Amino acid sequence: MFDRAEIVYEYDGSFEGLMCCVFESFALKEIPSAIRTPSDQQSLFDTAKWIETDIIKSDRVYKSIAAKISVQAQELVTLGFWTNSPQKELLIYYFLRLGYKHGSKVMSMLTDDTVSTLQKAVHHLTSESHKFKGFVRFSVYDKVMVAVIEPKNFVLPLIADHFCDRFRNESFMIYDKTHKMALVYQGQEAKLIDIDELTLPEVDKSEVEYRRLWKQFYQTIAIEERYNPKCRMTLMPKRYWGQLTELGKDEELYNVSEKQQNLSKQAIRSFEP
Amino acid sequence: MEGIGIDIYDKLMILSDSAKYDVACTSSGVDRRGKQGSIGSAAKAGICHSFAADGRCISLLKVLMTNICIYDCKYCINRTSNDTKRTAFTPSELAELTVNFYRRNYIEGLFLSSGVIKSPNYTMEQMIKALTLLREVYHFNGYIHVKTIPGADSELVTRLGLLADRMSVNIELPSQESLKLLAPNKTKDSILRPMGFISHKIQENSSDLVKFRHASKFVPAGQSTQLIVGATPDTDQKILTLSEGLYQKYRLKRVFYSAYIPVAEHTLLPSVDTKPPLLREHRLYQADWLLRFYGFKANELLDEQTPNFNLQVDPKCNWAINHLEQFPIEINKAPYEMLLRVPGIGVTSAMRILTARKSSLIDFAGLKKMGVVLKRAQFFITCKGKVMNQLKIPSDITLKTLMSDQHKLLTGFAEQLSLFPDPPMTREDVSQCLTEQR
Repeated sequence: MFDRAEIVYEYDGSFEGLMCCVFESFALKEIPSAIRTPSDQQSLFDTAKWIETDIIKSDRVYKSIAAKISVQAQELVTLGFWTNSPQKELLIYYFLRLGYKHGSKVMSMLTDDTVSTLQKAVHHLTSESHKFKGFVRFSVYDKVMVAVIEPKNFVLPLIADHFCDRFRNESFMIYDKTHKMALVYQGQEAKLIDIDELTLPEVDKSEVEYRRLWKQFYQTIAIEERYNPKCRMTLMPKRYWGQLTELGKDEELYNVSEKQQNLSKQAIRSFEP
Repeated sequence: MEGIGIDIYDKLMILSDSAKYDVACTSSGVDRRGKQGSIGSAAKAGICHSFAADGRCISLLKVLMTNICIYDCKYCINRTSNDTKRTAFTPSELAELTVNFYRRNYIEGLFLSSGVIKSPNYTMEQMIKALTLLREVYHFNGYIHVKTIPGADSELVTRLGLLADRMSVNIELPSQESLKLLAPNKTKDSILRPMGFISHKIQENSSDLVKFRHASKFVPAGQSTQLIVGATPDTDQKILTLSEGLYQKYRLKRVFYSAYIPVAEHTLLPSVDTKPPLLREHRLYQADWLLRFYGFKANELLDEQTPNFNLQVDPKCNWAINHLEQFPIEINKAPYEMLLRVPGIGVTSAMRILTARKSSLIDFAGLKKMGVVLKRAQFFITCKGKVMNQLKIPSDITLKTLMSDQHKLLTGFAEQLSLFPDPPMTREDVSQCLTEQR
């Protein structure tokens, strides 16, 4: 009953768009072998079918997940979309096919490849977002606070509530350099916005003083007799260090924009195979 | 007061340097949302903001109010007979520093302790001043852990407890005899009395909270303590039994163990070139975990014949090897409590097994997909009645060798120790470990 030819879906990269891909596949009874966005790399031979995002269709699919599978499955799919799992679209699609077939039981099918891969990807996302609750470093510019992060997964939606609640009387921005998005909180209101590039002004004297104090505290608090760099590396891998005030060089405490440029270059080099 | 004129950098250096031997850096135990007009919140699982070069979690600004001290505890770096630079924070310096670190998201809050200046009561009053300033003037709603000073009036303990999230009284030495020798100004009673008082206040407060919705909270994140390991001849059995009692009788949230690091030359203490017993400390933490999350009792793990942990084998493996008659267990049938007793299966794995059993029978390949590590577990389990393919059941002696942490002993365990104890950890374990700092 399904079409055997290679079918590739192309969508606009939004969650709603992906839901429409699911809709299309069930409506036409066809199984795509790939789901991608226009920016993904294309192979020479396939021709993708463009799936238009339609809020009514996506809403129907989204609601059907809770109705036909479970609320937990709906949450897993939402989170799955924010992971950096390669081909997350296809993974979510296969998971939903399984879910529609088995119902709520799919959530306990931990020995299934699709289910366990999706669960692992989501676990990676949630544990990374937990880490960033601690590893975000704000610089204070007069009345505004700004932080830059470089996460693998799209963690901003998961950490937004934590920071908006904690700093509810402040105005701040957390810029995700990897995904070129920023969480902006001002006047009790939070927004996620696209930002291609962020250039920060120089910081003032008191900001430099607090960075120095923090760095000094960081160095003093370690017990020499227990020196254990391997353990530190396990708990706080090097890819986080670039934006951590306490691990920057002294001269970098003064100008944040220069520091970020240098460190991200370094980081890219050290992570190249 | 001494110390005036030393600038804030020097104060921070001196007062964090002398606070660092306190191992607790927990920011856990209480969930508190932010408030309009205040800065800060608290997360129950705790949050680590950084990790120091020794691998320990940094969650709180850990400092002393002052390192001036009238006591002369032999094991302590701040003892009155030690020739070291002394200083003190003023309450406003401390509040300013805390809030500015907090705003930048460097820390989850403050861990305040102090040397005893003039008298226990006077010291407590200084700490109360600082915390009142933080809470009421700076509207700081983040986490505060405070160490109460043994010997202070209970009225002061109550006031301090209403300002803090967690309180601790450090026992430090696990027996009366050791205390008498090394901390002549402290007695078992002077430590246990405030502990009992805090525990009583917490319970009284929890019933008040039911009665009056707006009753102020007294140390909502509970109390903890610290025991020094290796400064005295006390055995692991003595230490673990003490911990078990503290969890049960005083309802402590955590007992921390601190491998003794020689800070003083004294005939009653191990010599200054003694290496801190980190592996022993590690085993005690593993056993502590078994008490709190795995349903073990202290007397199952150690007894009069073997009063100390085997350094080669972790406590859970050691128990399993000595109780082979209870194995193998069937993964598809065993109750949760028994799954937890299998070496290599932790709380997360056991929970996953329970979940997966709902939809199908589990085989060894399935276990692997679920993320269960079979390296140790394979010897103690069957799936659908079968042992793992091509598994040779070793003799008891070989089994012991297979289970031991050889690498730790051969290559200088200090480098090899990770924060993760050998029983695989749950997410809860991990987050606790990260924040509560093993």
